[in-house]
Amino acid sequence: MRRIKIIAIIVLVAFVGIQFIQTTRNQSDMVPETDFILVNDAPSDIKSMLQVSCYDCHSNNTQYPWYNKIQPVTWFLENHISDGKAELNFSEWDLLSNRREASKLRSIIKQIEGDEMPLWSYTLIHNDAKFSKEEKSTIIKWITQIKASH
Amino acid sequence: MRNLRVTTGVLAMAFLALTVMSCKDSKKEQSNDEGSHTEMSAFENNSEMNHDNSDGHHDDEEKMYACSMHPDVIGKKGEKCSKCGMKLTEEVKKAHDNSDGHHDGESKKMAMKGNGASQAILNGYFNLKNALVADDNAKAKNLGATLAKSLGNLDVSNYTDAQKADLKDIIEDAVEHAEHISESDIDHQREHFKILSKDVTDMVAITGTENTLYEQFCPMYDGGSAWLSMNEEVKNPYYGSKMLKCGKVQKEIK
Repeated sequence: MRRIKIIAIIVLVAFVGIQFIQTTRNQSDMVPETDFILVNDAPSDIKSMLQVSCYDCHSNNTQYPWYNKIQPVTWFLENHISDGKAELNFSEWDLLSNRREASKLRSIIKQIEGDEMPLWSYTLIHNDAKFSKEEKSTIIKWITQIKASH
Repeated sequence: MRNLRVTTGVLAMAFLALTVMSCKDSKKEQSNDEGSHTEMSAFENNSEMNHDNSDGHHDDEEKMYACSMHPDVIGKKGEKCSKCGMKLTEEVKKAHDNSDGHHDGESKKMAMKGNGASQAILNGYFNLKNALVADDNAKAKNLGATLAKSLGNLDVSNYTDAQKADLKDIIEDAVEHAEHISESDIDHQREHFKILSKDVTDMVAITGTENTLYEQFCPMYDGGSAWLSMNEEVKNPYYGSKMLKCGKVQKEIK
């Protein structure tokens, strides 16, 4: 029994301790000129779909959930965001070359088509981020159009 | 006491799980600079293709586009290829600033085609292709990683500025696809292989190659997909054993 008590105390102390670790937050006030929505002049329905379903992890501005301030959730989220941004950052879209853009667009279409994005772990909490069937075909159609002009 | 034990257990498990997840290792580092710089001095320079604007005119207002399968067919945006009916999608680069008449690269024209590193890339690409032909997911993973590495080793210093920019762009794209191939299932590998094939084809157009290559084309996979092969005989990397013979040779690259 004593051992368990000691372990419990250690875990508790560690848990409290890690709350003091600071992480940088992925937030910015301005929309850069290289932004995907801006560059491609997305209509409002597409714009809101992209922002709700993609931009939290694939742009320089995340709408953080309330629980993000609790460690180790923060780490987990920041990790996700930095991975997501490394793969695709809509805020810096127009810095990519034509070839890279075409290549990314193709991957975006495939990911949405295959229901691989948005991630299920994300839509679990962000129910509104899930694409309905109609939304899915709308957004794929729009992205396909952009791809055709590349 | 029981309560305490349960709480402890839950806390410890949650803590462990999250710690493990957040500690998963970050991006692999890319080794760009190690490795073969051996036969670097010898390379082909396709100045004929890229230097023909010595008249100095750069009318950039109207971009021209070429067919992705038939680069010699050129037209305006939205037009279709006269040979295959596909949309003209490849922007034709109005090449660089050499209106002063100096063609630095041209004077260095070498007899040998290709260089060591680009040959290593091609070999890696063909090995990968063969693994896909054989439906071998695990082998393709390894070969994808190998290819990503040899792509990083391509030395572009001997090319003209415009070629350098193109090559860097191609390599960056190709590395990403090769890396994805090193960690996906076979369907994904094939999707990435399609774009990788285009990248490698574009690379060969700049670097040249020692061997005769065959550009082959399968009209069925994903609305039509091309790949390169050393052999004239068609073995389809997009379908493997399911439709091994689907496709035809559409171009010879020498």
